[in-house]
Amino acid sequence: MTAQAVSQERIITLADAIREGLIESFARDDRTFMFAQGVDDPASMWGTIKGIAKRFGEDRIIEMPVAENGAVGIAVGAALNGQRPVIGFHRVEFALLALEQIVNNAAKSHYISNGQHKVPLVIRMVIGRGWGQGPEHSQSLEPIFSYFPGLKVVMPAFAADAKGMLISAIEDDNPVIFIEHRFLHYATGHVPEGYYKNPLDGPRVVREGKDVTIVATAHAVLEAIRAADVLRDIGCSVEVIDMRVLRPLNMATIQASVKKSGHLITVDTGFVMYGIGAEVVAAVVGQNFSALKAAPVRLGLPDHPTPSSRGLVVGVYPDSLRITREVGKMLGIGDDKMQLALASLEEQRKNLPIDAPDPFFKGPF
Amino acid sequence: MVEEAIAEHYGEGEMRCPVHLSIGQEAAAVGVCDALALTDKIYSTHRCHAHYLAKGGDLNRMFAEICGKAAGCIGGRGGSMHLMDLEKGMMASIPIVASSIPIATGSALADKRMRSGKVTVAFIGDASIEEGVFHESANFAVLHRLPIVFVCENNLYSVYTPLRQRQPDRPLTNVALAHGMRAAHGDGNNLEETYRLMSDAVAHARCGNGPTFLLLDTYRWREHCGPNFDNRIGYRTEAEYLQWETRCPIRALHKKLGSGLAPQREKAMVEAITVEIESARAFARAAPLPEPAQASQFVYA
Ligand SMILES: Cc1ncc(C[n+]2csc(CCOP(=O)(O)OP(=O)(O)O)c2C)c(N)n1
Ligand SMILES: [Mg+2]
Repeated sequence: MTAQAVSQERIITLADAIREGLIESFARDDRTFMFAQGVDDPASMWGTIKGIAKRFGEDRIIEMPVAENGAVGIAVGAALNGQRPVIGFHRVEFALLALEQIVNNAAKSHYISNGQHKVPLVIRMVIGRGWGQGPEHSQSLEPIFSYFPGLKVVMPAFAADAKGMLISAIEDDNPVIFIEHRFLHYATGHVPEGYYKNPLDGPRVVREGKDVTIVATAHAVLEAIRAADVLRDIGCSVEVIDMRVLRPLNMATIQASVKKSGHLITVDTGFVMYGIGAEVVAAVVGQNFSALKAAPVRLGLPDHPTPSSRGLVVGVYPDSLRITREVGKMLGIGDDKMQLALASLEEQRKNLPIDAPDPFFKGPF
Repeated sequence: MVEEAIAEHYGEGEMRCPVHLSIGQEAAAVGVCDALALTDKIYSTHRCHAHYLAKGGDLNRMFAEICGKAAGCIGGRGGSMHLMDLEKGMMASIPIVASSIPIATGSALADKRMRSGKVTVAFIGDASIEEGVFHESANFAVLHRLPIVFVCENNLYSVYTPLRQRQPDRPLTNVALAHGMRAAHGDGNNLEETYRLMSDAVAHARCGNGPTFLLLDTYRWREHCGPNFDNRIGYRTEAEYLQWETRCPIRALHKKLGSGLAPQREKAMVEAITVEIESARAFARAAPLPEPAQASQFVYA
């Protein structure tokens, strides 16, 4: 991310970074257009499309009737015919109505047509949690989309990466599912101005370490970094890897890290069962079995829907405390040291609500 | 004649994929496609052979595709239900009921955005208007006045289920009218009538006046999927079939042409087509199968 070095000064939210990514892409290429529900909505998708309709006009920023499968199909049809559409779903649940078009046509048109068709399409989906959204407005369904060959699935954790990957996604000739964790919209980071691209090439090491490898997605990356920081203070060196791209899955960085550390913990925003962590662990066990010094651990959501009440979500989402504890267990860190690390985390989090974004994530990252 | 050859030779086991024949529905395909320019675009369904041929799709590559050969129009990846020929504007065939409708709508949106003047056709069956995505697409197409014609071939059945068990008794065109869409209705077994109605719809679309729902009455002669007649298995009656047989679109055309088609000329045409079919079958038979390694190609562009 050399572009980042250029502008260490400017700190903006991930939501604004996405907005800038859209603006840069739309300004460069007339073939791009966007479908969204609520283009004039003052909330403007967490600010990510604020002012865009005004700037590019209703030919480019098209209000989509509440018809998700139709929207994706129409976007695929336009993409087959040389356009580069972007669709935004305010909640991943709404995209479930479009699974048919995503799975049958977006993912497969290039394949079925023997390479004759291309589907340059970006589908933004917002996942996540918070403010009592409840079982049907806060799911993290990224593994569903990661199941299908032909789709790319990206999931940024950092503002600068979100902008760079979004621009890459829009320029990509494949359908890209762009997953945004709701809490991360408020997270801040250094973001270069202007146009730049970050490749959709796979996981990245975001904290170097040698004792344990934590592979995380999106919001969980920030929880893992927080855990890594307190663990560092007690002499434990944690390597945190941001998955970034769930599909196509590039395991090289993760495998290299596990070879070094011999310990693997996955933390993702979705269910543990049949989840991203399962795929990562299976790949590591299959190819780096002898490098492992302990059984890998997967952290994620328990096997029930995510309820609304802040009373009920206690312990549902894996946080930095849980990650820290798991690292301690896996490495056999002594109780007194662990007490220190956990106490420091508890102190930091003491008065924080469980159902709103953690101010710790106001970077810069 | 092409599909009769498919039916005749299907049992030989070279064509190893489901086939949905359009025998009995030829006039709809031809009348619609004749009203289009080469550069106009069509999207079809599982029952796509007639549409593919009427739009000018390559016969060799069609047979090769049905036989699963590398020389098939899509290299053996899709088989009979996925025929396409981009050079001829046969953009895609999608065998999930109604799944091609939003794709065609998006195609029309792209052409509108590019001001290309091209018209898109979505060929659909009577069952596809039962799917939600038809309504989603119709609403959008009308809202944005897209250059598209939804051609609904009502052959009265979805697999073995008659229309009356699936939809209330009302004109199918009412559904389009309720979306504020222009609608037209005609005898899909009458080539001239189909052509005339379609020409109006195409002109309407090309001038930027928006979509038309063109309902065409027709009937499939053979089983839903496969080479045989199936009037005796109980879901429809022989009498119904025979009644529709009297409305054979080809015989009707023949009658209309009358002395306009000299017997000599007709004989020569039939012979030429027979040769073309036989040579396409031979081409497909001789063509090599795709290599197994090709199965993993084209997952990503
Ligand atoms: C979404 C979906 N549901 C069910 C099917 C199974 N199916 C295949 S063809 C067909 C009949 C469709 O009838 P119609 O649209 O009238 O076309 P026809 O076969 O009569 O040409 C059905 C139900 C399917 N392919 N896709
Ligand atoms: Mg039918």
